[in-house]
Amino acid sequence: MSDIAERVKKIVVEHLGVEPEKVTEGANFIDDLGADSLDTVELVMAFEEEFNVEIPDDAAETIQTVGDAIKFLEKNSG
Amino acid sequence: MFDLSGRKALVTGATGGLGGAIARALHAQGAHVAVSGTRRDALDALAGELGERIHVVEANLSDTAAVEALVPAAEAALGGLDILVNNAGITRDNLFMRMKDEEWDAVIAVNLTAAFRLSRAAVKGMMRRRHGRIVNVGSVVGSTGNAGQGNYAAAKAGLVGLTKALAAEVASRKITVNCIAPGFIASPMTDALTDKQREGILGTVPMGRLGEGAEIAAAAVYLASDEAAYVTGHTLHVNGGMAML
Repeated sequence: MSDIAERVKKIVVEHLGVEPEKVTEGANFIDDLGADSLDTVELVMAFEEEFNVEIPDDAAETIQTVGDAIKFLEKNSG
Repeated sequence: MFDLSGRKALVTGATGGLGGAIARALHAQGAHVAVSGTRRDALDALAGELGERIHVVEANLSDTAAVEALVPAAEAALGGLDILVNNAGITRDNLFMRMKDEEWDAVIAVNLTAAFRLSRAAVKGMMRRRHGRIVNVGSVVGSTGNAGQGNYAAAKAGLVGLTKALAAEVASRKITVNCIAPGFIASPMTDALTDKQREGILGTVPMGRLGEGAEIAAAAVYLASDEAAYVTGHTLHVNGGMAML
């Protein structure tokens, strides 16, 4: 697993208070991990902070699963 | 009660009577206060009077770029932001049929859109910190209407809706959003009224007097305090009974 994936999963676990096993790449933040829409905004903010990137609103809307976030950050960070 | 020691507040329109009173009151409760307004000399005078724990951040809220820059500037100056008081307001009174688009747009921009943009910016950090207080300064006119103030009344009523919607969204993050609706408050503008005009106004106020800026500021202190943690989406009318809503 990439370093980015590790960091993303850690943020998701901490923020949503879910079991680490549940945070698979296919997990949908809202449907599978119990996030509400405000949580998804906060997750994006947390990703921005952790990876020092700006995630524009239209990109943020496409980030619906853990894998989406990892893919976006692998492409756009660092 | 109502101790604001260590809290960081931004008050817009702090060169006006109400904004100045609110800034003084928050400061007196121990808050660090950033004051913004359009008149640098008045801001500097206020800062000079209050001494420590005060920061001047100049901003003309009719300028979109200035609005966007204000919260980051305040957060940088204060090292965070716990309390946002959207107090800045302007009037461009005119009879409805004579009201120009520019008069409408200017009032909506400063009184409503700036509050939206500042709140949107401020709530980010507040969500992260799981604490925040947004206090919007509306007006009794937002509830009652007033001839010649279609733009102002619409903007102030709009603030009430904004307050409730945002309050519902961020309540789970321990952020409260409330509105204060002042009635007739003593100011340079009311000082200029003729005795007859003054009498006419006071006839509508059961308390029989104008309100003082400090009485509005006290409401702001309450809504900004930890004690008001369970009050959100509310409009607190401070109007001497002129409209009992």
